[in-house]
Amino acid sequence: MTERLLDIRDLRTWFNTDDGMVRAVDGVSLHVNRGETLAVVGESGSGKTVTARSVLKLIDMPPGRFAGGEILWRGRDLIPASNSEIDKIRAREIAMIFQEPMTALNPVYTVGDQIAEPLRAHENLSRRAALARAAELMRLVQIPDPERRVRDYPHQFSGGMRQRVVIAIAIACGPQLLIADEPTTALDVTIQAQILDLLNDMKARFGMAIMLITHAMGVVAENADRVVVMYAGKVVEAAPVEELFANPRHPYTQGLIRAIPRVDAKAQHRTRLAQIPGTVPSLINPPAGCRFAARCTFATDACVAAEPVLKPVGPDHTVACIL
Amino acid sequence: MNAAPPLLAVRGLSKHYSVTGGFLAREIARVHAVDDINLDIERGETLGLVGESGCGKSTTGRCIMRLIEPSAGTISFEGRDVTHIDGEDLRRLRRDMQIIFQDPFASLNPRHTVAGIVGEALVIHRLATGRRQIEERVVQLLETVGLRSDHLNRFPHEFSGGQRQRIGIARALAVEPKLLVCDEAVSALDVSVQAQVINLLEDLQDKFALTYLFIAHDLSVVEHISTRVAVMYLGRIVEVAPARALYDNPRHPYTKALLSTVPIPDPKLKRKRLVLTGEPPNPFNPPPGCHFRTRCPLAEPRCAEIAPALLETMPGHMVACHVTG
Repeated sequence: MTERLLDIRDLRTWFNTDDGMVRAVDGVSLHVNRGETLAVVGESGSGKTVTARSVLKLIDMPPGRFAGGEILWRGRDLIPASNSEIDKIRAREIAMIFQEPMTALNPVYTVGDQIAEPLRAHENLSRRAALARAAELMRLVQIPDPERRVRDYPHQFSGGMRQRVVIAIAIACGPQLLIADEPTTALDVTIQAQILDLLNDMKARFGMAIMLITHAMGVVAENADRVVVMYAGKVVEAAPVEELFANPRHPYTQGLIRAIPRVDAKAQHRTRLAQIPGTVPSLINPPAGCRFAARCTFATDACVAAEPVLKPVGPDHTVACIL
Repeated sequence: MNAAPPLLAVRGLSKHYSVTGGFLAREIARVHAVDDINLDIERGETLGLVGESGCGKSTTGRCIMRLIEPSAGTISFEGRDVTHIDGEDLRRLRRDMQIIFQDPFASLNPRHTVAGIVGEALVIHRLATGRRQIEERVVQLLETVGLRSDHLNRFPHEFSGGQRQRIGIARALAVEPKLLVCDEAVSALDVSVQAQVINLLEDLQDKFALTYLFIAHDLSVVEHISTRVAVMYLGRIVEVAPARALYDNPRHPYTKALLSTVPIPDPKLKRKRLVLTGEPPNPFNPPPGCHFRTRCPLAEPRCAEIAPALLETMPGHMVACHVTG
């Protein structure tokens, strides 16, 4: 029954810089099934955002380039697709929202015009009809008083309300996949909870899949169906969410889960947090073998000798670790 | 009342900002960033100060540090009123109170080496003299925070975020302070590095008998590190309690809502979340009475009339709420 909407295979997105070639995404494979929420989790520099932006070809080229792999959207590779073909897919089939809702909106247009823009471009609606739909969409994302607020500008909205506007733009054309890149990182917790509830509501209502890019394990646990853990440009582990938290296999995943303080009953007040020593390696000359080996407490010579590949260790659970 | 005074006592602290406009830049509105708060910090404890953006937690920290002038109220350090001291007295106070900031990129001078950044305080406060003595002390400080002596002559841009935060901590420790204000000190760091810095702060507290005012928006981090926690909403403290008691038995409706929205890294836990509707009101025109009543599920008519006072409902547990207090 599960249809792979998006199937990324061995993707390599590299950047040419003055200091050398940065292998930001280096052999990433992952897929998103129809209607599910896939969380892609990792720290700064793990390549999660570059992977997401590669899907809609939002990478500046140069300095970036696709050095290999395939991005299959419903069976069709997007990498060789022309700009006009990608334009047809953007918004109508795949939409994206970003971390910073202020920079994602144009300050000199009203929010109504910005929500109406994809409708006019992709569905040939008149301005008046598109603005009426914009107000409907604003109501759908629970912005109070939408008929009046369609005429307001982004600066007249709070951070949480701006993110709702961005979500309204993204869902305007009924996409099958919404890529959400750290959608709540810039927001306070009470507002974060509102936005995540809204995204889950939209998912349930329209059956769209969500690719949720985040660094927060708590957000992953409460919202994802499946999880992909990235480290230094590679996927190190992928599993259904309950399996990943109950039975994390990669030492990096284990470290990530144990490094977070918790507020619930299981919290251990002032016991030492598990810490992962060291920092993320440079992606210009990434270490040979396993990229996590230098920070891994279990590493052996074999880890440095050969690069581990993703291997199945359980139903739908894969790990890139030789141990 | 023979007990020793708390290390830091804040009474009736307020900070107002005027918004000017129109002809002759008259005051047209006033933001009450911090509105009549009282706080005690005991020796050796970590007081967590939490709240959402704009609640006044950083302003409170900066008023305590005397980095901004309070509009009203007093700040006493070791029983002495330090609200209006200046000159040499203020410089001496700076030896006792230090601050570390959120952004380890903006808070270090990019043109100075690590030796210069950490050593500057030693020179200003005449804690070491002569090149060699200063260098020895800086190396000692770097090793205390987990850096190495070969980092001495490097510049901030050569370090990662976590390492820069360690440099900021070394700089603060250089003057052997009694109170360290940590203003979102780990918020900008990745989780694995954040855990390193939290552990470091806890180790340093044990080693040097430090007292912390730990300001943060991340409730799980605050719960982990704090002895007591104060929750702020729109310029006022709504609840103060020992960390465990606050999390096990929150009394104020805002604290309850805040706690229930913190994502917990356990997919099996299906909680009933108390998602607050709406957003914090405009600080220019806060609603009269209790500031939280516009979002409060329990609000009653009296909440609109009188602002609730922060009262001790159980030993050590203070709440500002007419309904649950």
